[in-house]
Amino acid sequence: MIVLAAILTQLLHLALVLVAAPLVVGGVRWLKARMMGRIGPHPLQPWRDLLKLLRKRPVLAENASWISRAAPYVAVGAAVAALALVPSFSRAMLFAPMSDLLLIAGLLALGRVALALAGMDVGTAFGGLGAAREMSFAALAEPALLLVALSFAILAGSTGLEQIAATFQDGAVGLRVSLALALIALCAVAVAENARIPVDNPATHLELTMVHEAMILEASGRHLALWEAAAALRLTLWLALIVAVFLPFGTAPAGFAPFGWVLGVVAWIAKMALLCFALAAFESAIAKMRVFRVPEFLGAALLLGLLGAILLFVSTRLA
Amino acid sequence: MLTAILLTLLGLVLLALAMPVLAGRRIAPRLAHGGSALASAVFVLMAVAALAGGGAPVAELPFGTPFGPLLVALDGLSAWFLLLLGLAGLCASVFALAHEDAAPARALLAYPLFLAGMALTLLAADGVTLLLGFEAMSLASWALVASDHAKAENRRAARLYLVFAALAAVCLVPALGLLAGPGGDLAFAAIREAPPDGWRAALILALVVAGAGAKAGLVPLHAWLPLAHPAAPSHVSALMSAAMTKVALYVAARMLLDLGGPAQPVWWGVPLVALGAASAVLGALRANLEEEGKTLLAFSTIENVGLVAVGLGLAACFRAADLGALAALAAGAALLHALNHGVFKTLLFLGMGEVAHGAGSRLLDRLGGLIHAMPWTAACMLVGVGAAASLPPLSGFASEWLLLQALIAAWRVGDLTVQMLVLVAAAMVALAAALAAAAMVRLFGLVFLGRPRSPRGAGAHEGKGAARLSLLLPAGLTVLLGLLPGPMLALGGGAQALLTGQAMEGRAGLAFVAVGDGAAAYWPLGAALLLALALFGVWLLVKRGTEEPARGPAWDCGFAAPPQHLPFGDPLTQPTAAGMGQPLRRMLAQPVLAVTERVEMPEPGTVAPARIAMSFGDPAFALLLAPLATARDAVVARTERLRDLSIRQCLMLPFAALVALLLLVAWLEGGA
Repeated sequence: MIVLAAILTQLLHLALVLVAAPLVVGGVRWLKARMMGRIGPHPLQPWRDLLKLLRKRPVLAENASWISRAAPYVAVGAAVAALALVPSFSRAMLFAPMSDLLLIAGLLALGRVALALAGMDVGTAFGGLGAAREMSFAALAEPALLLVALSFAILAGSTGLEQIAATFQDGAVGLRVSLALALIALCAVAVAENARIPVDNPATHLELTMVHEAMILEASGRHLALWEAAAALRLTLWLALIVAVFLPFGTAPAGFAPFGWVLGVVAWIAKMALLCFALAAFESAIAKMRVFRVPEFLGAALLLGLLGAILLFVSTRLA
Repeated sequence: MLTAILLTLLGLVLLALAMPVLAGRRIAPRLAHGGSALASAVFVLMAVAALAGGGAPVAELPFGTPFGPLLVALDGLSAWFLLLLGLAGLCASVFALAHEDAAPARALLAYPLFLAGMALTLLAADGVTLLLGFEAMSLASWALVASDHAKAENRRAARLYLVFAALAAVCLVPALGLLAGPGGDLAFAAIREAPPDGWRAALILALVVAGAGAKAGLVPLHAWLPLAHPAAPSHVSALMSAAMTKVALYVAARMLLDLGGPAQPVWWGVPLVALGAASAVLGALRANLEEEGKTLLAFSTIENVGLVAVGLGLAACFRAADLGALAALAAGAALLHALNHGVFKTLLFLGMGEVAHGAGSRLLDRLGGLIHAMPWTAACMLVGVGAAASLPPLSGFASEWLLLQALIAAWRVGDLTVQMLVLVAAAMVALAAALAAAAMVRLFGLVFLGRPRSPRGAGAHEGKGAARLSLLLPAGLTVLLGLLPGPMLALGGGAQALLTGQAMEGRAGLAFVAVGDGAAAYWPLGAALLLALALFGVWLLVKRGTEEPARGPAWDCGFAAPPQHLPFGDPLTQPTAAGMGQPLRRMLAQPVLAVTERVEMPEPGTVAPARIAMSFGDPAFALLLAPLATARDAVVARTERLRDLSIRQCLMLPFAALVALLLLVAWLEGGA
């Protein structure tokens, strides 16, 4: 029964996040437009774009290699695999024993490398530019993410997401300054990893300022659909990760509990909507920063992570 | 078991001695490299047998030295590194069979000796044998670095290499003497019974870190490595990078963790952690700036050596804090990373050699688009690049996962200073891993993707037969090691127990590696399966019933197609090696590497091009080597004055020395 419930929740979870991913992107866009006084496209627009693009035949550059054809699948596959590990509405899903923060970071890195290689495949100026910047930003974001994982591991005894979520849901940890610092650091990393304002502008049309979009300039048809889907999945993953760790309330416990699942899904949607609203508000209130200011932004995240961990060291010493 | 290995060593030496006789014959290179491949295969088989069925006890060689008999043994730690040596040696020798038909006799003589020297170092069970093997390895590899001595830069690299090799010896000889103590018994068994303590232990730590670190390429003693690797032929650089640096790390592990005894304090591991973290970051950062393929890979080696050193240092810290399970985890991470790096770096160096052979250059700015002309090399290199970028489910990820978990758990050591240090080290290791990913994307993207950057590169051709095999073998191993870290760790249990007194029993199974009971676990097979399922699902959803992609000119934001006289398009619109490194150069390298950038803009109205001049230096050269060279010159200038002394002054010198020595003796006698 437990195994069956684990498989069922895993499948439901995958279906939920796959449906939700384009909606998250559309929802943030719609909210941003409303906050800026525009009507904005319908929140379902990314879904419509995706379905339209999936039916279209891609056009590849003459000198494109198999990397251009394989990379979009790898990127989406890695994102789906990572997303399968982040709990949404229920505990104890099938892959829960594997859901480790470092593995999720590794899978995200796999998608990132696929994207960067695809950007360099045709040998155009913007593709290489975007690839160099994307990898550099990731280099700065990764240490901050590790320090956040380290803070969690000190409190929960493991980098496994399942265990961290369980510990935080029990409330045994309580409110801690370190956790607040870790939350800020994690949000900064999420913003950078998803190429959102102020690090990158997802709606830009000026190539020189692009990072993420510069690498997929050559993609078209279903390949473009896959790249868009990968970006949407990544954004959903980061939001779901923050939800799973910092807002674990209402998550259904292990075992067969249909009522708890419905409650969990409703709670998850509400929490995700809250984070989308926060993201839209943040992006509307702030301007994009110069590319070479990004190290300061991520350096601040790193310092907050360091500070959080040091505070934990000191507090475990006092306790 | 030992007999078979010793006979193989004898065979290698005889092979080397036969080379001058056979010089100039066509059979000579084939014999040397084929024999080396065979010997490496024997190493692999014997190492696996020893790891699976327990090692061989100490045996005496049939000849000795004035310092005592020469002892050899094969325990878990030796066997683990022998496995690594055999795998790297096998691939490198097969590659040499394909490409080194015109190798000069001096290189053919040195190559089997190099292998034999490394193997003897690993087998040694006493100090003299260890030094004998270590020095044979150093000298043979020096001859190999200098084999193409017509070029001035190669001579310079070889000279610097020799200086560092001498430094390693100068440090290791007294370190072994101190370990042996006043009794002077250099056998490892005797040293283990009387581990050093107090000032003797501190001195040994400093000497071993300097001596083995210089050979392994730890910062700040890494200056020789990026010069020597490109100077040597590709199969030798593969072997130096994959195996020789690991042999140096083996010496450090053996002398500090095994012979140093379990009773050392917590700070015993701190120098290795600190220097290792610094090496990891500096190596990975420099790998993002270098514009020559093999130099880039050499810096990546410095990074990985640093990671292994961090693991060894952590193991020492944990053991001192009585955290046996975590110590085994850290030691397991270090050993597994050494093996994984050995295999994938062999692959990368051999792949770069294949590129140099097929496309005529190792400069990133003269290559490009090789994935079309060299599809097999590109596919193998992609595997190696993925492992070096520590992407799941390849081998690099498994060992870095273990290392990061050990770092995350390191706060349990309890000492606040160590906690802070390890915290910074954790951030630096994560930074190094991400920087390595950036460097590897840059390497693969510039060499294999995009458009050709030179006519010679456009006419590249693929290697066949043995050359292809020498790449496929390590590529397959890299995938396999990535999927099966658990069985490998279980196999290396003997080595972990030797280093830390405890093995990762029960925490490394067929399908998983776990930090501890109830703590995080990595399921490589599960992760690979999940990834494969996700990929297959996406492919099934998207691909079904759609037509093949159409081909057209690159969109390139609507820029016009290049004119007829530029068959590869305008080269200036492709990213260059310097351009790809620019973001990291500006963001991170400026303070560390003293980067200077000067832009020369032409006067308005003139048609001269704008130019950018960029340079960076290594702090080790400016802060360590340059002052040393100045000091050497000053000392030489002073000693030169001795020549001009009068006979009276000349006679006074020995008298003064005699009196001083007598005073010393009198003082020592008085004290005793």
